[in-house]
Amino acid sequence: MKFLTAIILTALTGFIAGTLSFSPWWGFAVTSLLVAVLVHQKAGKAFLAGFLGILLLWAGLAYWIDAKNNSVLSQRIAHILPLNGNSLLLILLTGVAGGLIGGFAAMSGSFLRASSKK
Amino acid sequence: MRLLPFAISAAITAGLVFTLSNQWGPMPPVGKFLSPQYGFWQNAEPAGENFDADLQIPGLKAKAEVFLDDRLVPHVFAGNDHDLYFIQGFLHAKFRLFQMDLQTKAAAGRASEIAGIKAINFDKEQRRLGMVYAAEKAVIEIEKDPTSKELFDAYTSGVNAYIRTMTDAEMPVEYKLLNIQPEPWSNLRSALLLKMMAKMLSSGTEHDLANTNAKSVFLPDELKRLYPQVPDSLVPIVPKGTVFETPGIVPVAPATADSLYLGRKDTVNAKEISKPDINNGSNNWVVAGSKTASGAPILCNDPHLELSLPSIWYEIQLVSPTSNTYGVSLPGSPFVVIGFNDSIAWGVTNAQRDVKDYYEIKFRDNSKQEYWFNGKWEKTTLKEEIIKVKGQADVKDTVAYTVFGPVMFDASFSNELSGNRNLAVRWVAHDPSNEGYTFYHLNRAKNYDEYAAAIATFQCPGQNFIFASKTGDIGIWQQGKFPARWDRQGLYVMPGEDSSYMWQGFIPQQENPHAKNPERGFLESANQRPADSTYPYFIPGSYITPRGITIENKLAAMSGITVKDMMALHGNYFNTLAEDIRPLLLANVREEALHPESKKYLQLFRDWDLNASPDSKGQTIYQCWWDSLEVEIWQDDMARVVPETPWPEEQTTMELLKKDSALIYIDNRNTTKRETLAELVTTALNKASADLRKKELAGKLEWTKFKNPSVYHLIKDLKGFARMGLPVGGNGNIINAITHSHGPSWRMIVHMTGQTEAYGVYPGGQNGNPGSRFYDNYVNQWAAGEYNKLWFMHDGDRSDKQVKWIMKFSTGK
Repeated sequence: MKFLTAIILTALTGFIAGTLSFSPWWGFAVTSLLVAVLVHQKAGKAFLAGFLGILLLWAGLAYWIDAKNNSVLSQRIAHILPLNGNSLLLILLTGVAGGLIGGFAAMSGSFLRASSKK
Repeated sequence: MRLLPFAISAAITAGLVFTLSNQWGPMPPVGKFLSPQYGFWQNAEPAGENFDADLQIPGLKAKAEVFLDDRLVPHVFAGNDHDLYFIQGFLHAKFRLFQMDLQTKAAAGRASEIAGIKAINFDKEQRRLGMVYAAEKAVIEIEKDPTSKELFDAYTSGVNAYIRTMTDAEMPVEYKLLNIQPEPWSNLRSALLLKMMAKMLSSGTEHDLANTNAKSVFLPDELKRLYPQVPDSLVPIVPKGTVFETPGIVPVAPATADSLYLGRKDTVNAKEISKPDINNGSNNWVVAGSKTASGAPILCNDPHLELSLPSIWYEIQLVSPTSNTYGVSLPGSPFVVIGFNDSIAWGVTNAQRDVKDYYEIKFRDNSKQEYWFNGKWEKTTLKEEIIKVKGQADVKDTVAYTVFGPVMFDASFSNELSGNRNLAVRWVAHDPSNEGYTFYHLNRAKNYDEYAAAIATFQCPGQNFIFASKTGDIGIWQQGKFPARWDRQGLYVMPGEDSSYMWQGFIPQQENPHAKNPERGFLESANQRPADSTYPYFIPGSYITPRGITIENKLAAMSGITVKDMMALHGNYFNTLAEDIRPLLLANVREEALHPESKKYLQLFRDWDLNASPDSKGQTIYQCWWDSLEVEIWQDDMARVVPETPWPEEQTTMELLKKDSALIYIDNRNTTKRETLAELVTTALNKASADLRKKELAGKLEWTKFKNPSVYHLIKDLKGFARMGLPVGGNGNIINAITHSHGPSWRMIVHMTGQTEAYGVYPGGQNGNPGSRFYDNYVNQWAAGEYNKLWFMHDGDRSDKQVKWIMKFSTGK
């Protein structure tokens, strides 16, 4: 339950951070960390929750944008990056890139909470 | 100690963020780039995007509305001219910001800021050619006239108003890929864009450096034969038989011309790096009511330029109390460049005239502070150039300005590092002028006289302005500021130690070649020499002859012309030059000496319909065979010129061979025996066949597969943003002048009926964003020879169902 809460909260706060005009693109790293402090889990679990939360957020948003765009841009970018023009791979890559940052940020949050408790 | 794992984990997070925030090599900052809320995903425009907007913008004088049709063409209705061009600037920026920014940076010699070390020499050359110097002079002209200043200022404010409102997420995707920022606009940047056009169209039209080398090898008579001024088969722009006025200026060659100039044998190693494409040409023609089915004139234009995405053109309708004009504009500059209004239509092709010469400068010493001129040491003006280079230290360069212009080549800038020649450039594009303003007046011209008055001040790049009016007039002017030269002045590098070789004046504007309402009922231009040899001036240039012949033949034979006929003529693939060359090849080829493969290709060539259509194998065989024959004929002769010289035009080669099948150049100088044309023609086919065979095995014998017609993104490396392998035929010397990545950049047909009927298409789309469905939506139409009907909207059409979106503009705080 905690795990699921963490995932949802991470995605939600990450999204909100992305809508704030003063926030840099990595604002979600800060919110992921805070969520992990708030919803404390062991480091491994925290990482996974952060990773999945942001992966879901980024891949989900990318997928939604891509569907509305009929994959016009993703196919072009996936030729430049180079992913052989494969939009789904690009969406996956997007999710994983964000997820990794979210995961490590959350893991940091978990350690922070643990160390401050002592 | 639990702090340590936290520190490590936090460091990894920060490290990841840092790594993905920065650019590594050619990769964009990956994290930011991939972020769905900040990066490229934000440029993925929904297919159902709503372009309606309500904008309050400081700087506007009144309310205005922009009606966007289903092709995203804006129909701008403004209450005054200031707001009209303000909004044009705003729209250019909204839909084409990256190209404006990139092109003007490149024009100013600032490409290294984006491309890094590989662009340094390009940047040096731009600066040494005096591109910024020319643009600065243009700004002075622009700002001299209060109306002109007001309109250019308004345009600039409009561009900047958009840049100010744009969020980071809305920034064009190219900025995100390259990790750069847009810069504010200025009148100087608009001037730079027009100078970029001047370079594109009037800087590649001379070959003075290479010609100087040719002069050191070939005799004067030979040079005249190899590089003739008037081709035998020329069909000039102004109809033959036109009587020219007595020249208002008669330039006189200096007494030393034979000894110090024409007879001098020397070589120059300097060479331009970014010489504009020789195929930068165009077609335009107009037929009078006497030749059309409707009785109203029809005007056609297709400017041939390097094709790019985003396109160089942006369609727009501009309506204010003083004008109602539709056509294409250049993002980066106000006004409509090619188009029509309620009364007239006009189009342009390039004049191809040589308006750029080189003078040899003698510096006192390496400091370049003084040069020898008219018997004494004169001071140069030294301009320090600092070139910023991406990821590298700045590069410094010093350019000396003389009475002729900037010293382009000297010890510190020359490809071969010869260092022994200092060459100054005299170029008409350096002279003060305001070409943009021509279009302000032309957009408002109501009849022939107003058209002629509007274009009279246009200086550079010289253009063939073609014209038609609803009252039935047709006309054409080759307009520009052209030096009056004595025979062969400026074909070669000229002595620059005194004023005797300087231009003595310019051809009076009224004497520029022009024609109005000819008996035959049509006029055309296609980059050929504007007039035959009776024109009383020496006018060198890089003329292209064959297209003009094809157009002239077709139009002369037509009557009862319809818009459909004109569309077909735009798409025409007939190869006039091949029509002349085929009999020559067939008469000389010795079949018994041909390889079996060659025989097969010969048969295909014989059966060819002389059209360079996409699936034509004959055109491919013809082109390879002819290219191969040119090598057989010229390689040995031209290799004598060091470092290099342009080979004779293919038109010239054809004419020489037609006149003399025992032409001395047929003999290979490097062999003891004497070759014949039959031998060369046969060898050429055998050699070409080897290549053709390879192409055939790769499935590339069809002409379109062979040349792979493509429209690249402005940054050619971004292949994902390009459209390649388009199923089109044509070639540079054919009406439908599509080469590999060059060709008709805009096709327009205007029928001057009561309700103007107009059609147009360009290989791109209105939105420069690769994430928009409007990015390349005309490309397939263009390739298929189809057109968009251009909607000339009137005030009463505001609720017409062709209006898809409305952008409302009003004055903001």
